[in-house]
Amino acid sequence: MPEWIETTLLLWPLAVPLGAAALAAAFWSRPAVQSWIGTIGLGITLVASLLLLNQVIGNGIQSKQFGSWAAPFGVSFVADPFSAAMVVISSLLAFAAAIFGLTDLSDTQKRAGFYPLFLGLMVGVNGAFLTGDIFNLYVWFEVMLITALGLLTLDKFKSQLDGAIKYAVLNLFSTILFLMAIGLLYGVTGTLNMADLAVVLPQTEPSGALLISALLFLLGFGIKAGFFPMFFWLPASYHTASIVVSAVFAGLLTKVGVYAAFRVFTLLFEVDNAGIREMIAVFAAGTMLFGVFGAAIQWDIRRILSFHIISQIGYIMMGLAISTQAAMAGAVFYIIHHIIVKANLFLLAGAIYRTTGTYDLRQSGGLMKGSPWLAVLFVIPALSLAGIPPLSGFWAKFMVIDASFRDEAAWLGGVALFVGLLTIFSMSKIWIEAFWKDAPNPRNIPARLHITVVAPITALAAITVAIGVNPEPLVAYAQLAADAMLQPAAYIDAVLGRIETAEVLP
Amino acid sequence: MNIFYAAAIAAIMGSGVYLLLSRHVVRIIFGVALLSAGTNLLIFVAGRLRSTQPPVIEAGTQVLDPLAANPLPQALILTAIVIGFALVSFAAALAFKAFQTLGTVNTSDMNDAEAMGSPYASKEAKDA
Repeated sequence: MPEWIETTLLLWPLAVPLGAAALAAAFWSRPAVQSWIGTIGLGITLVASLLLLNQVIGNGIQSKQFGSWAAPFGVSFVADPFSAAMVVISSLLAFAAAIFGLTDLSDTQKRAGFYPLFLGLMVGVNGAFLTGDIFNLYVWFEVMLITALGLLTLDKFKSQLDGAIKYAVLNLFSTILFLMAIGLLYGVTGTLNMADLAVVLPQTEPSGALLISALLFLLGFGIKAGFFPMFFWLPASYHTASIVVSAVFAGLLTKVGVYAAFRVFTLLFEVDNAGIREMIAVFAAGTMLFGVFGAAIQWDIRRILSFHIISQIGYIMMGLAISTQAAMAGAVFYIIHHIIVKANLFLLAGAIYRTTGTYDLRQSGGLMKGSPWLAVLFVIPALSLAGIPPLSGFWAKFMVIDASFRDEAAWLGGVALFVGLLTIFSMSKIWIEAFWKDAPNPRNIPARLHITVVAPITALAAITVAIGVNPEPLVAYAQLAADAMLQPAAYIDAVLGRIETAEVLP
Repeated sequence: MNIFYAAAIAAIMGSGVYLLLSRHVVRIIFGVALLSAGTNLLIFVAGRLRSTQPPVIEAGTQVLDPLAANPLPQALILTAIVIGFALVSFAAALAFKAFQTLGTVNTSDMNDAEAMGSPYASKEAKDA
């Protein structure tokens, strides 16, 4: 690998989609060209993120400062094991969704700007994972929000406009809370660099402003991540979007909120302060329970899956509520597993729609006879989501619940097990209605699925099975990431210790 | 001085939250705009109000005069204003489009998204 690539590798997961977005926007009226630019651009992003992961594993935490301003004055970019893994998994998902989109997206959707917006969303997501500056994180959140709103209203259906208004208002409110938290934090500490904050905050007197700042961070990220009782925007909007968009949103956007909450409550604030641990524990339990109850009465596949995003977020937050090394490792494992499985289920919902012509379970059916292979592909992520061994979800749930019993948070573990049971209920509901039952109004010619629809689903299912039968490498990696989060000394050293400036300006 | 600013910010934020609780989409957008304006002022106060001397390094010196105003909050607010403007204008356009398509700006009449897959709505959602 040439040296100039090696030194700028940290910026590639942003620079590639940003360049591709600009290029795709230049071919606004040529949808076919745009889809090639988008798919190839996301492919290169995936390769770059894998190289970055390799670099982080080989050489430790990577950091860059922009514009010759040494940290803590300039904007820092940092890749630690957790953020590198998030970048890889989100690029992988984006690439899979782009391939699915090759046949699933209509020309009208492409002409409405799908590719520039989607690539812009990936810039925001990867930027949020890699930034080391709390104000810069806010900027990436806003980049994600505006592109996500564009993607959500791609077709301008009634339901989309309705969902987009709820999405816009509650997410705007959450970013305002986030910005207030930043303002208060800056007022107390005088710095915005996260590594510098991690040094300064332990030496700062506890004060009311800091406590309010911590709570505002929790609420702001909580709305983004879909915690109980602030998740209502999510099942009101996600299911209305085009299925490729829904899959990407389901996989990535809430997880950026979760990532930010993990970052802020490990690096900046302690969860033990002022009852934050108890609050997160109650939020986690409520998130698990209400998400799964909400799913139980729905009939639209996408709405069932949207409610399940929420209940799964609860499991991840359990890790933060316990915040031992084992629990954090479980949470990291859970996020990676969840992104793959949840996005795959949404893509499968798209495949079911292409075969039966409806998302409503009451109208669909007969897939077991009509498309047995689709049934096999559905069973893998569905059982994985419910936590059946030997799939990835079993190990994810096992790690988190095991940590809860070891750390005297058995009630959380009990809630988690109960919710797992109800998850099986929802998955078997989809199974019985869409696959077993005879179709109420059968189609004459069962639609054949195109290879670009089946390939990403198969690939994601294969990853689920691979993690399930051989979880050891990922468990070891999750433990590495958890160690790096719980002992931030290496992170601080990587940003502040070694003065190295980036040649490339943003 | 700070107490006046605090009272003013509290008044703006309070009005913003009040408008946000309305059922009328346009009022909600005004509420969001007020809240983001209040937040910008909050950042401004957090950066300390004690000097009006412009933060310019005099010719011939290397460091900023310690009595100069703090320039960083202004840079942050400038960024936040631009972002806030973009999002509020998008929200306004969205509200207009929703009014054209749905024929209402009352949020209690907007239930096209909720109706999809609801066990209480027998009709299949039209757009799906």
